[in-house]
Amino acid sequence: MFRIIHKRQLSDAVFEMGVEAPKIAAKARAGQFLMVRIDERGERIPLTFSDWSAEEGWVRFIFMRVGKTTHSLSHLEVGDSLLDVVGPLGVPTHVDSLGRVAVVGGGVGVAVAYPVARAMAEAGAKVSVIIGARNNDLLILEDELRALPLERLIIVTDDGSAGIKGLVTHPLKEMCEAGELDAAFAVGPAIMMKFCAATTREFEVPTTVSLNPIMVDGTGMCGACRVSVGGETKFGCVDGPDFDGHAVDFEELMSRQRVYSDLEREADAEYAQGCQCHL
Amino acid sequence: MPPLDDTARSGSAPAERPRHKPTRGPRMPMPERDAKERASIFDEVGYGYSSEMALEEAMRCLQCKNPTCQTGCPVNIDIRGFIGAIIEGDHPRGVAVIKDRNALPAVCGRVCPQESQCESACVLAKTGSPIAIGRLERFLGDSDLACELERRCVPAKAPASGFRCAIVGSGPAGLACAGELAQLGHAATIFESLHAPGGVLSYGIPEFRLPKDILSAEIETLSALGVEIVTDTVVGQLVTIPELLSEEGFDAVFIGSGAGLPVFLGVPGENLNGVYSANEFLTRVNLMRAYEFPKADTPVWRGRKVAVVGGGNVAMDSARTALRLGAEEVFLIYRRTEEEMPARKEEVHHARDEGVEFKMLCSPVEIVGRDGFVTGVVASRMELTDPDESGRRAPVCVMDSEFTIDCDTVISAVGTRANALMANGAPDLELTNRGYVVADELGSTSMSGVFAGGDIVTGAATVILAMGAGKTAAQAMDRWLRESR
Repeated sequence: MFRIIHKRQLSDAVFEMGVEAPKIAAKARAGQFLMVRIDERGERIPLTFSDWSAEEGWVRFIFMRVGKTTHSLSHLEVGDSLLDVVGPLGVPTHVDSLGRVAVVGGGVGVAVAYPVARAMAEAGAKVSVIIGARNNDLLILEDELRALPLERLIIVTDDGSAGIKGLVTHPLKEMCEAGELDAAFAVGPAIMMKFCAATTREFEVPTTVSLNPIMVDGTGMCGACRVSVGGETKFGCVDGPDFDGHAVDFEELMSRQRVYSDLEREADAEYAQGCQCHL
Repeated sequence: MPPLDDTARSGSAPAERPRHKPTRGPRMPMPERDAKERASIFDEVGYGYSSEMALEEAMRCLQCKNPTCQTGCPVNIDIRGFIGAIIEGDHPRGVAVIKDRNALPAVCGRVCPQESQCESACVLAKTGSPIAIGRLERFLGDSDLACELERRCVPAKAPASGFRCAIVGSGPAGLACAGELAQLGHAATIFESLHAPGGVLSYGIPEFRLPKDILSAEIETLSALGVEIVTDTVVGQLVTIPELLSEEGFDAVFIGSGAGLPVFLGVPGENLNGVYSANEFLTRVNLMRAYEFPKADTPVWRGRKVAVVGGGNVAMDSARTALRLGAEEVFLIYRRTEEEMPARKEEVHHARDEGVEFKMLCSPVEIVGRDGFVTGVVASRMELTDPDESGRRAPVCVMDSEFTIDCDTVISAVGTRANALMANGAPDLELTNRGYVVADELGSTSMSGVFAGGDIVTGAATVILAMGAGKTAAQAMDRWLRESR
């Protein structure tokens, strides 16, 4: 059992949660993830580290309330426990010798962009961060990012309610055009990562994307998370989650992410009957 | 008929015991659920023998002076001895005889390929009716598990040695190794990456063939020996093998992590939605209980027409699971013929009885789909060549013989390979170029104090071979610990 010791609501549907897990905290590195199972009947879901403390023995993750499992998770409070927390899983993000790098985070992906930007800055990179959300209410971790030694932090919203109105690819393209980038890292919705990779491709800026395919075990056993990278099948959990954004087949990734959408609606409907918060 | 040799039997019997007179007759069939009924439920197919049936079957045993059955057993169980115990009505002794060699009789009685091991070596095999050794083993295993934990057969333990051993993986190899180490007096801690112990016994083999209650009871008995199981721990990620030997203070390590990485078909379309590895399909259903969805949270795609590719036990398990999830048609695509199928014969018969349609001598060349979802498998007809020097007949494609099988789900059950995750952070551990651990026949690896056995050394094989390797390695570890530490 893993005791919940921290919970913070970051926006209407986005929560940050911290659990006691000293062994995992001692090994966690930016870009890696956890598999979490709430209870006996729960599914195993992958959640990327947003923060951790080896000294204090905790790890944190951020999730958006979208389906039954994340809804149940959002109802747990400090003092409750999660049945299973497994990690750290996946290959850590490459942060060394990057030079000038843009870290792009969209939506809940900012939860991953934050520790990645921090690790890159600690490793000596000159890091610019671009974070995007539909509107100001959905922006997360702005204060935490401001506390990092960044070259700059650019905020983009679809409706202009915070920062620049537009898409994260706009400032990314400007930085590419100005020749300011040696590398880029993007994490967020698959469609956002696809367009970030498309933006940097013409400028030949190496771009890493942190993918979020469906997983079951998270250890390479099932192959649910397979993605095509440069025409080869890779497993998101053990070969990734980071891949060369210019080689990923995003259309396939997006199609595979939708495989259970009908079934998930069924589970959500069943769950909503017993839940006050309206799924 | 060979005379009964009492003195050779384990636990030398009193002289006044009546001579065993074998009965003649066919094998005692095991009662099983009706094929129609069972094809839609996950309950176990075979009910197992009653005491009367077990006795009647045991009475057929010749109690040979030279028991060839035992030589057919990969872990050398004294089969004549345990059948003799059934004949005498001393079931606890029968259990003890098996447990001397095999810690999981109720599991192995169900999943071992007896027809190609002990039963094929039985003298009566020539008559076509070998003793049903597997069913008798299951009978004894189950009779032990039916007892309260304190009354079950737990082998005697040697005095505590003070040595601590770490075991990577709680599948057949790891469980057998840990059980043996505990008996030899060492503290044994198993690290399991999933949330439940058992490895392939838990995520792979379905409820209808190996009920989870049986598995957990067997594991509970091992725990009574003092074996500790720590779940949710991925060795190579959370802790490395060198760290187990240093920071964590273990004196020796056994790697029994299995061959867990699924192999896909390598044909176009294999990443379409509706294409599963058997590992994923079975894990969703067995470990995550997707058959109870939405009461359990993990979904599984319930295909109407399901094509399973492969001819082993995993293929049979997948096909029969698909039927139980409500598939209208399940096809089994195999590139050789039923004759060459590596699956247990009983599973093949069960699959056929339940309605799985066998499409032999064909091999998928492409998976086709629409809007990202599978709509069919294009397969090529195959034919078998004349036997080569080893007697093996190779399947070759028949030119221009492609045809399409309409289906909405494809399950690839064509094998698994090594998952080298556990070797992260252990650069001194020698692996083959395919990621398997290099180990000698006793399990020693390139790292001092690190042993390995089971599928991670040999490639995918059987439960009993993995258990045998785990046990052999435990004995080698015992010698190494006592001699070099």
